[in-house]
Amino acid sequence: MTHQRLDLLIAGGGLPGLALAIALRQALGETFAVAVADPAFARQGVNDPRASAIAAAARHLLNSIGVWDALDAGAQPILDMTVTDSRLNDVLRPVYLSFAGEVAPGEPFAHMVENAPLIEALVAKARENGVPLLPHGVADFSQQSARIDARLADGSAYSARLLVAADGARSRLREQTGIAKVAWTYRQSAIVTTVAHERDHGGRAQEHFFPAGPFAILPLKRNRASIVWTEETREAERIVALPDTEFMTEFERRFGLELGDITLAGPRRVFPLGFMMARSFIAERLALVGDAAHVIHPIAGQGLNIGLRDVAALAEAIVDAARLGLDIGGTTVLDRYQRWRRFDTAAMGVTTDGLNRLFSNTSGTLKLARDFGLGVVDRLPALKALFIREAAGLTGDLPKLLKGEAL
Amino acid sequence: MIAPDETTATVDAAEVRRFAALGAEWWDEGGSMRMLHRLNPVRIAYIRDQAAARFGRDAKRLDSLAGLRILDIGCGGGILSEPLARLGATVVGADPSDENIAIARKHAQDAGVAVDYRATTAEALADAGERFDLVLAMEVVEHVADRDLFVHRAAAMVKPGGLMIAATINRTLKSFGLAIVAAEYLLGWLPRGTHRWDKFVSPHEFEQAMEAGGLRATGGTGVIYDIVTGEWRLSDDMDVNYMMTAERPAE
Repeated sequence: MTHQRLDLLIAGGGLPGLALAIALRQALGETFAVAVADPAFARQGVNDPRASAIAAAARHLLNSIGVWDALDAGAQPILDMTVTDSRLNDVLRPVYLSFAGEVAPGEPFAHMVENAPLIEALVAKARENGVPLLPHGVADFSQQSARIDARLADGSAYSARLLVAADGARSRLREQTGIAKVAWTYRQSAIVTTVAHERDHGGRAQEHFFPAGPFAILPLKRNRASIVWTEETREAERIVALPDTEFMTEFERRFGLELGDITLAGPRRVFPLGFMMARSFIAERLALVGDAAHVIHPIAGQGLNIGLRDVAALAEAIVDAARLGLDIGGTTVLDRYQRWRRFDTAAMGVTTDGLNRLFSNTSGTLKLARDFGLGVVDRLPALKALFIREAAGLTGDLPKLLKGEAL
Repeated sequence: MIAPDETTATVDAAEVRRFAALGAEWWDEGGSMRMLHRLNPVRIAYIRDQAAARFGRDAKRLDSLAGLRILDIGCGGGILSEPLARLGATVVGADPSDENIAIARKHAQDAGVAVDYRATTAEALADAGERFDLVLAMEVVEHVADRDLFVHRAAAMVKPGGLMIAATINRTLKSFGLAIVAAEYLLGWLPRGTHRWDKFVSPHEFEQAMEAGGLRATGGTGVIYDIVTGEWRLSDDMDVNYMMTAERPAE
């Protein structure tokens, strides 16, 4: 069989896979052969009702690869954020913590962007930059000494110096490589939907910590909000299957009345929540990025952002090596990527897991403790500023793309 | 086995045998040559940037060395020759050991990179009248039998307007402590017996040898190992590892 030669083959055409392909193509030019394989490219449109909080660092990356301009008009800046700790029947939900949402003047710590236009903008930029988008998944692959050979589902064969698995939480490539993982489920699921409301949200994001789990109201453009509503899994499945009117009754009990009349403005879906971290982010001539490497609790809205941190670190390691004529799939590149990313990801995973365990329960003692903690944070401006910079993804040893610098 | 001409003036037969015995370990980035692999990005970047400045190239391009004819003396398994060829250069990799050349050829073929590997010596190439835009003597001067003669013959192959770049180890008390006692005996970074302190060369001696060969030294830099990051980097400190560049003035 003749293999088509590539420098890099990326399995998975989601946000991390496309962003990596575009960043490398722009930095290394047309002689760098990169292709993205995903059966989703054969379908029209993007079927994803979710929206994502794009932290400031992630926005820098989208800006440096020329994708942000297409998204800016539809992106809702998060101007402030409040956190409450409530029981469902509490009449008042005291605000324990509030953040003004800017890390620097004119720089909100995050924007809400709907996933569908985000993926569409990335696909358009990849096409514009001449990145081949192959409409089939990677069926199997085998590591050779100097290359990695991959066969797609339609039988076409490719030979690359590096294969990147960006194929999501249930990554087939990760499973086939035999990389072990640490994983658990939370017995919680997230109901995701979009609602329209009467009054202006003023760019405020709200997170209510109910005993069953966090209920997040994330502002979208045109008086709409993206809802991430966590319940115990069986309860979530029951709620999402309710007829619209009954669903809205349950919904309004949690959403509150501040924003006036509410109507459903999108489909509703349930996503089971879990934690997963691959024991290694690399194997011979293979690197895991995004959800294929790690899945964390959505409590802080950081899953997508740490995926883009993977992209920025791997892109920089590959670009530096390619400009030295070094093997981009060699140990030097892969070790550098792993060293850069794995500690940071583990830290974020532990933090979000701890937050969820702290808040998702009915213990009166823990409620007292966490309310005291939130109250303290609320009164310490320096600590709050640090939290905001952390949430904006602007701390740590940042790769160039996250600082808004060219590769 | 050893290259045909054991009587060559600058090749030290015992040194050739020592490196040939490393065999397949040349390309194992975690094996006995791991320190050379870690040093590789730093020395390639130095070579690329010196060449880009001299020949007016954009160091960010993937073909930054296109069209340049480069000689890599003492190329070993090819861990320097191959990346330079990937950047577009026409590379002749020369090493007196047949085993090294066989390993280098096999690896370049597997990687799909064209390098002209030859089991020969710097003198033989100089005698044949070969000329290059860039002559490299990286981590090799401290292993030859007659340093001044070696540098003289290597320098003769630099075209007018071309460069010679060399990397070696200074002969100081510090280099005895770090490059031999620490690297070979305490830390095991290098196989024991890799270096002999009395063969180390001071920058001044090196400069004189290059100038005797008609070149003009244009600069040098130290290379140090950062124990915190585990990476090599450029430094003003030339007491142990250092690199030097010299040019042959254009006619």
